[in-house]
Amino acid sequence: MSDPNASLMPAETPVQLIDEHGALTTPSDGVSEVPPIDKMVTAYGALVLGRRINDQFNALVRQGRIAVYPSSHGQEACQIAAAQVLGENDWLFPTYRDSVALLSRGVPAMDALVSFRGDWHCGYDPKKYHVAPQATPLATQLLHAVGFAQAAQYRGEDTVVLALIGDGATSEGDFHEALNFAAVFKAPVVFLVQNNEFAISVPLSRQTAAPSLAHKAVGYGMPGQRVDGNDVAALLSVLGQAVDRARAGEGPTLVEAHTYRMQAHTNADDDTRYREREEVQAWIAKDPVSRVKAYLTAQNALSDEQDAQFTEKAEEVAASLREATSVEMDLDPQELFAHVYANRPQTLQAQWELLEDELARTEDEA
Amino acid sequence: MSADTQEKVETTVATMTMAAALNRALADSLIEDPNVLIFGEDVGALGGVFRITDGLTERFGEKRCFDTPLAESGIIGTAIGMAMNGLRPVVEMQFDAFAYPAFEQVTSHVAKLGNRTKGAVRMPMVIRIPFGGGIGGVEHHCDSSEAYYTHTPGLTVVTPSSPQEAYSLLRAAIASPDPVVFMEPKKLYWSKGEVDTSIVADLSQAKVVREGTDLTLVSYGPSISIALEAAEREAAEGRSVQVVDVRTLTPFDDAIAMAAVKSTGRAVVVAEAPGFASVASEIQARISEQCFEYLEAPVRRVTGFDVPFPSPKLEHWYLPDADRIIDAIDTLHWEE
Repeated sequence: MSDPNASLMPAETPVQLIDEHGALTTPSDGVSEVPPIDKMVTAYGALVLGRRINDQFNALVRQGRIAVYPSSHGQEACQIAAAQVLGENDWLFPTYRDSVALLSRGVPAMDALVSFRGDWHCGYDPKKYHVAPQATPLATQLLHAVGFAQAAQYRGEDTVVLALIGDGATSEGDFHEALNFAAVFKAPVVFLVQNNEFAISVPLSRQTAAPSLAHKAVGYGMPGQRVDGNDVAALLSVLGQAVDRARAGEGPTLVEAHTYRMQAHTNADDDTRYREREEVQAWIAKDPVSRVKAYLTAQNALSDEQDAQFTEKAEEVAASLREATSVEMDLDPQELFAHVYANRPQTLQAQWELLEDELARTEDEA
Repeated sequence: MSADTQEKVETTVATMTMAAALNRALADSLIEDPNVLIFGEDVGALGGVFRITDGLTERFGEKRCFDTPLAESGIIGTAIGMAMNGLRPVVEMQFDAFAYPAFEQVTSHVAKLGNRTKGAVRMPMVIRIPFGGGIGGVEHHCDSSEAYYTHTPGLTVVTPSSPQEAYSLLRAAIASPDPVVFMEPKKLYWSKGEVDTSIVADLSQAKVVREGTDLTLVSYGPSISIALEAAEREAAEGRSVQVVDVRTLTPFDDAIAMAAVKSTGRAVVVAEAPGFASVASEIQARISEQCFEYLEAPVRRVTGFDVPFPSPKLEHWYLPDADRIIDAIDTLHWEE
């Protein structure tokens, strides 16, 4: 007899379509397929750009031009795939480590920088780009994603919501509540866990005793799938199927992408205290960018000119990031009072006046 | 469009309980705005443990009023997503202390998303919380938790003191562009009063509920009834006591409350919550700052003790009552 839960179970090994050398492999789920070559070329261009963005942000931190940057170096395939599987009206709910995903969704570099520069907590209009504010608390955004999807469902719209989360945050209570609500209400949500092995310093083994994070889906009654998080072809295929499922009204899916955080948690972290260099080195061979280049080259699908164009485009975006940090934004301290409520209440008026007076005196002294 | 959207809100004047007034406010809001949704634990077929949502699922359908899994962070977290996507969720927390699992969602997101996005994403939602004691409830069912919310900028915290206020304030809360924590004094759920559904409340205004010239009691929600009782008994002794119902705890309406205190020169703040770092202490501080030159005596507070809410047989020793208010009034430097 067939086990009714069998269809919910993840594959025994993560789904992989292109190995670290760029060669095709047989997918463990038996159904995933490498996307058409033009899509793979587009994905490669986005990967080149994503890597460049990560490197540029890191350089800006080292130069002291931005305060902090949680890098997704090594996780670019997840970032790109999350952005590319969504349609224009779909929504992305990212975390602080997902800047590359939101830039891939069209958020301008200048606006994405606002929070890392320390100018405001969020620098873009979520409704304009269909990207929720980058969540700093862990797993809370998953519930927002579910509610957002429920609202679309209520109005009969076919919006799909993709929510990002890391491996550490799967231990939070809101992860459980979000998956449970999504499954109960059959909400059109795709949960993508980027399992990069570390929550700052704490390894995955301290987060869970489950066979995999994807297995947790079964307990909620939704399908779980595991995928090679450094294989953009596998990610596009597996996430694409999950998005289709959600759009067809079949409910949520949990996808666990196996990847690795190649750099420290942020510039304020020292990862030599908790992991061996050999371990990090071993992941360089599994790089998500180089394997796609090898694959496309072997397929004769990537010319030197095309490759150079991608690099050139990435340099342009990097230059725009450098430019954005060289201009000091004009900050109005009185804006502190402007958005707390839809209309500024009388209680904030006295504090507004106090600051107004201080600002006037500061100007007089200057 | 569903059939219920063709229904029209009818204006009535009738005597009803606070529970019925709240139910009516929810029903009228559902009729008026198709974006209003009601959900929580046991709010569907049961009609809520206090029956505040009684009959709403039956009348408006499972789509508009429904039960959720038993998880408060999940309820408020999903409400946030719905508010981001154009809806006006009205959610029920079953009891005051059962809202604590949702604290992070309330303080980190409900209160802050509008500010975080410079107003691009507003949070029009109402979190209904039955609060306070006086019903012989067991532990975790009687907390006065308002100060946890009033301390968080971005939230509007409202509490009604009568069936009329319950109807009018809840309608205003649901219509507000800002998130409202709507705290319902559960000991008043079965109190009766006249409700005129044409009366619209202004969330930015406190209200003088009894005129008086000798001193001002500043209070709210469950404590208004004991403040009025104390005022009545003082009247028999020849003292004219004014009572101010704060209604919206935050943003606080200084204008009406402070003008009232200035007019009498004496004030006692009455609230059921523990007094330390409380709404009562905030009101006391504001009076000291804004009315000092008008005061004939120190501002006093009558509050719950700074202890965990007691078990049912001891709660009457804890809860402020008219006697305790009168004792405080007697200390206000009256001329012999």
